[in-house]
Amino acid sequence: MTLTELANPTRFLSLATRILPWLAMLTVVLLAIGLYQSAMAPDDYQQGATVKIMFIHVPNAWLSMFVWGVMSVASLGTLVWRHPLADVAAKSAAPIGAAFTFLALVTGSLWGRPMWGTYWEWDARLTSVLILFLMYLGLIALWRAVEDPSRAARAAAVLTLVGAINIPIIKFSVDWWNTLHQPASVMKMGGSSLDKSFLVPLLVMAVAFSLLFITLHLAAMRNEILRRRLRALQMLQASKPVALP
Amino acid sequence: MSVLGALIRRDIRIAVRVGGGALIGVLFFLTVVVLMPFALGPDLALLARLGPAILWLGALLASLLTLDRLFTADHDDGSLDLILMSRTPLELVCAAKALAHWLAAGVPLIVATPVLGLLLNLDGPATLAVALTLLAGTPALTFTGMIGAALAVTLQRGGLLLAVLVLPLSIPVLIFGVAASNVAIAGQLSFSTPFSILCALSLASLVIGPFAAAASLRHGLD
Repeated sequence: MTLTELANPTRFLSLATRILPWLAMLTVVLLAIGLYQSAMAPDDYQQGATVKIMFIHVPNAWLSMFVWGVMSVASLGTLVWRHPLADVAAKSAAPIGAAFTFLALVTGSLWGRPMWGTYWEWDARLTSVLILFLMYLGLIALWRAVEDPSRAARAAAVLTLVGAINIPIIKFSVDWWNTLHQPASVMKMGGSSLDKSFLVPLLVMAVAFSLLFITLHLAAMRNEILRRRLRALQMLQASKPVALP
Repeated sequence: MSVLGALIRRDIRIAVRVGGGALIGVLFFLTVVVLMPFALGPDLALLARLGPAILWLGALLASLLTLDRLFTADHDDGSLDLILMSRTPLELVCAAKALAHWLAAGVPLIVATPVLGLLLNLDGPATLAVALTLLAGTPALTFTGMIGAALAVTLQRGGLLLAVLVLPLSIPVLIFGVAASNVAIAGQLSFSTPFSILCALSLASLVIGPFAAAASLRHGLD
């Protein structure tokens, strides 16, 4: 099964319909395991029980950047290879990514209140994620401003690729600037500085959230294809000559 | 090269003549700055402290206001189609158009800054610092804004959509522009650090802007 074979929407639909239930089940199981492990994880010696916010916050933050990466690859697919499903993938990923970003911001701010003493701080990491959120909303606005999907797709692809500049800025903001947000501790040179009792649940949650994204994304892509077919049928119906009485 | 020179001359000439609207940007800039004391109260110390931020915000909004016309006017009278069909690389054409737009609409904003600085109780060096940061930063606003203008013209939707698309991209410029001006006024930290980042942002947008705008014009107008 190659990428070109998937270009046929019907083949993609049948594949998605077959995979989706299994994916959804796997996601639920992994989420349950991850949540159980997170609940059983020991309290931090400084942060107490609030450290458990991390298990939700960090996967959301990772996914918020990962989704923009997926959209960037899909945009390349739209502009370079003219892959028929690329713009469907890009369009249906945007609201999901916006939701992950929003959740990352909200959980981060709820975590920040007891730890930093403030819900919001204009530091580099927080500000750049907020810009990411605004760009997701702008992208959704762009998709909704144009009726013709293929025309909107190319405009959105250009904007997505320009906006991808923000992703490395978010990733490295904690290293480049002296921020209130802590620097990277899971993925860094010389191994993770996180204790195993925190690291294992976090990784399980990260995988579970990634599966959640894939499930939601496939379902959204399926809906988008069906929506476009419906639109084409309606246009066909409307363009039929009507027998005058 | 003569083609690009002619294009720049033409764009500037159109912008400064009747119906061009390059100077409307300056008028808008003036209005925004004059509005601020009404909102904040005529506290001169406060105005002097907020001065750089107010000037930068005004310049940002003013440059956004005039960006709408960058491609729309040419699209309306059909000359954009001729430009697309010409043998000159579209990226260079986009860069030339943005340069002309900056000369016609961006430079007047910088020239107006000293006058507006007086209204905000900024002293000479502070005004000079703001004007210098605007000189370094407004090209970035024009060249990133051009991407939004190109998207807006291909979608035949200008106005609010343009603002929503362009404003997030201009946040870094705003941050470092205001930071550089404030550092120059307070005089404690090094001015060159934020100022170099501002210049780097301008240079990067000089490269990225024309390519992205040309891509969206090429793909959008078929």
